[in-house]
Amino acid sequence: MTAYILCFVLFSIGLFSVVRKRNIIKIIIGIGIMEYAVNLFLILIGYCKEGRVPILTEGQSIKNMVDPIPQAMVLVSIVLGLTLTLFLVAVAIRIYEKYGTFDITKINRLKG
Amino acid sequence: MVYKSPNKGMTVIVKTVTRLTLAFILIYGIYIGMTGGVSPGGGFTGGVILALAFVHIMLAFGKEAALRKLRANTLRMVMGPAAFIFLLGVATGRVPEEIGAICEMVIVGTGLFAIFIALVLASKSDRNSE
Amino acid sequence: MIEIHLVLIFMIAAAVIAVSVKDLLSSVVAIGAVGVGLAMAFLLLKAPDLAILQLVVEILSLIILVHATTRQDLPFSTSGRWLFNTISTLFFVVVFLMVAHKALKGIPIVGASLPGAVQPIMENVPAKEETGNLVATILMKTRAIDTLGEVAALFTAVVGVLAISRKIGRTGGGNGL
Repeated sequence: MTAYILCFVLFSIGLFSVVRKRNIIKIIIGIGIMEYAVNLFLILIGYCKEGRVPILTEGQSIKNMVDPIPQAMVLVSIVLGLTLTLFLVAVAIRIYEKYGTFDITKINRLKG
Repeated sequence: MVYKSPNKGMTVIVKTVTRLTLAFILIYGIYIGMTGGVSPGGGFTGGVILALAFVHIMLAFGKEAALRKLRANTLRMVMGPAAFIFLLGVATGRVPEEIGAICEMVIVGTGLFAIFIALVLASKSDRNSE
Repeated sequence: MIEIHLVLIFMIAAAVIAVSVKDLLSSVVAIGAVGVGLAMAFLLLKAPDLAILQLVVEILSLIILVHATTRQDLPFSTSGRWLFNTISTLFFVVVFLMVAHKALKGIPIVGASLPGAVQPIMENVPAKEETGNLVATILMKTRAIDTLGEVAALFTAVVGVLAISRKIGRTGGGNGL
């Protein structure tokens, strides 16, 4: 149960960074931290104590094996997180080229 | 810093080590991608490792060397058919798993490298203007 | 279970550093530490596929983020309603923690996932496959549409990044973005 609570604390740190910080890079970092916390939480739900890796080998039954479905879901989730990070960095670089800063309080004015 | 002179590349030590280890990185990526069915790994992981190998060339030798090895047209020519075969495999279920893994590897490697090239080329002009 | 707690505490410490430090490059390096800690946690939780993928993805996103941070920036505006911003942020965090506390009552304790929960999947797997990686089997056979969606998302990101950062055909003078 402590592991779940630590996951929530990690998520809260990411949430704080997203809502409070003014730097776009810090916001991207906060989104990354939230994503890590959610991935770890899903894997913790599928964990089975003293379990084995979900790879079948000769002569072993599938008893006492970690649940592979959350792992497949989280694999897709990690990939989507990577694409999200790349896209956000591209947007941040464009904003820097246009406004010359990463500060979100300075970019919300009409210019040009 | 790494990005001070993006056209020249890094020092001779980095270039030599890159030249020695590049083949091993590519072989490791292909191995991880191909043996995903029986051991940890998979098509996506292998594709990301292949993309990282080309990023490695780009960081060590500069932009021109990497673009000479992998042109934009080549990227386009390879990525489209691979995506088509992958879509066909998902739709019909007849394509073997290994070919699906290879297609996924090619798509991911070329796609991520295209993103990296786009980001590096996009920030070239404002560095010159500064 | 104590190893997972240690790794999680390491991740939380690195995340606090990443959020609170002023220098952007240090912040990006700290988030690299968080990602590597996550890979270690995946390895401890018996998910080697995810550990490899997380490590590799972390390296790629670290390179991209370092590339984004090596540029000059103006001094940040420190004016504004500091107290109001902090209090409203803390309100969001407290609401999240309350919802999480409610949700925590419905979740089984760590490690209590049923052994043999993979039985329904195995009925769909062809009988001749006695050996193999079950995660790859799920991703390639029973849930192949997920993999297709993953590749489609990657394509969308490629097209989006190329469209955002293109130079040709853009009229000068601020019509871009």
